[in-house]
Amino acid sequence: MNPPVLARAIEATRRYGDVLALDRVSLDIGAGELVGLLGPNGAGKSTLMNLLVGLRRPTSGTVELFGGSPSDPAVRRGIGVTPQETGLPESLRVGEIVDFVSAHFPERYGTAELLARVGLGDLVRRQVGGLSGGQRRRLAVALAFAGRPRLVFLDEPTTGLDVEARRTLWEGIRSFHADGGTVVLTSHYLEEIEALAQRVVVIGRGRVLADGTVREVRDVVGVRRVSFAAPAVPDLPGILRSSVEDGRVHLLTTDSDLLVTELVRAGTAFADLEVRPTSLEEAFITITSEEEARV
Amino acid sequence: MFDLILVHTRYQFLEQLRVPIALVASAFFPAAAMLALVVPFAGSDPASATSATAGMMLFGAMSAALIGLSINVAQDREQPWDPYLRTLPAGPLPRFAGRILTTMAGMLLSVVPVLLISAFLTAAAISPLRLALGIGALLVGSVPFMLLGLFIGYAASPKAAIAVSQVAYFPIAALGGLLVPLEVMPGFVQSLAPFVPSRGAIELMWAAVAGRTPSPVSLAAFAGWIVLAAAAAAWAYRRDEGRRFS
Repeated sequence: MNPPVLARAIEATRRYGDVLALDRVSLDIGAGELVGLLGPNGAGKSTLMNLLVGLRRPTSGTVELFGGSPSDPAVRRGIGVTPQETGLPESLRVGEIVDFVSAHFPERYGTAELLARVGLGDLVRRQVGGLSGGQRRRLAVALAFAGRPRLVFLDEPTTGLDVEARRTLWEGIRSFHADGGTVVLTSHYLEEIEALAQRVVVIGRGRVLADGTVREVRDVVGVRRVSFAAPAVPDLPGILRSSVEDGRVHLLTTDSDLLVTELVRAGTAFADLEVRPTSLEEAFITITSEEEARV
Repeated sequence: MFDLILVHTRYQFLEQLRVPIALVASAFFPAAAMLALVVPFAGSDPASATSATAGMMLFGAMSAALIGLSINVAQDREQPWDPYLRTLPAGPLPRFAGRILTTMAGMLLSVVPVLLISAFLTAAAISPLRLALGIGALLVGSVPFMLLGLFIGYAASPKAAIAVSQVAYFPIAALGGLLVPLEVMPGFVQSLAPFVPSRGAIELMWAAVAGRTPSPVSLAAFAGWIVLAAAAAAWAYRRDEGRRFS
């Protein structure tokens, strides 16, 4: 039996004026899942999050939270969201901000316990204005958990943190998930998504480009660039995209081993062979352009 | 819901107290004007000292309502904390009500120095009942200025809000006869005075503290300003909501 769906988008489209930020996205988030939303900046991750937490309404289509509307405050008792750490009220103390946010929820953690979990236990009385960037980030993440949510939305939770703080936070997210909590997190780092998520949804140009396990998605985005000097693009299998620049052939492929084997086997003259991993950005462009080619 | 209004008020007020520039400004200007204009010229006559004190109280409350509120709203709209609060399980009401209550508390604090100066340095005299009535009239009289503050705050950027609210503040106060009595002002000011919102507000206060009968024209204009400013504030609020949260 499938777990109950906590959050759902059905053919959700969102426009900002002429800009199409989200294009007919359908997505179910089941209880107990740990879902990573992966995509370059401007891909539509934030727009999708904003629809799910009730900050924005879809231009067309439907978005549901616990079977209700995200714009209903009572429905939002079950979620937790990270604020952007740049906007935290500077003059309030760390403990006061946690108390303030907690007061909105029927169930809550003790302020001291919550802050201890993110390693800010000794800063309860410090004013937010006196925190470092990393401390603010950890406070922001703690606030998402203040109301004992069933479903938590973490937007770039570890950006700007050092390795140790990142691992602490990852542990916290894992233990929340192990206790039955559901997590949706965004990141533009594949590494972070790999470390935490079981399911990865790749978003690009407002669409869901891939939705699967980390392994499946890595195979899709694990694109490599093979380039060498040759006069023309040889006929080889498994090429996603090819181009010729200044006498060099550039090929994007998901299987560089096979491609190079075939290149040698074909007996084509080439020189100066180079194989390197593409950036996530390039991988997205590849997937997106495939998507467009299909339409 | 009531609990949440108190929670929002408490933390907004704490923020105000920790960065008290707005509070200090709205307490300082009327206190300084009191020392410069009222104590030397009207201080010895009980009746004129009392009405002049009421004028200075309103002058301070106007600063908190018009300048303080517009700057707070405009600044908060630019912070990502504002949309975050919209993800919490509360509608926009607790934050909005908290803002109004915090502004009112700021207004009441800002009149304390004026009252102290009036009590110790002038011949002003007032019964406790009339003082309480006067403070009630102060809150009512500030309504159009709070609405104008909301309008400016929701319609303008923080820098524009500072400029617009300060440019509006002094002429409105002066034209209403808050700083110096209208009798010593030029004729065109006297003919304009009944139509500015500060005039109806100060006449309400004088009715409360001294039992004077307010002019019907000033009161009608005051009511008209409330309707106009409420419509403008509602328009700016909806426009801002639509742009950021629809």
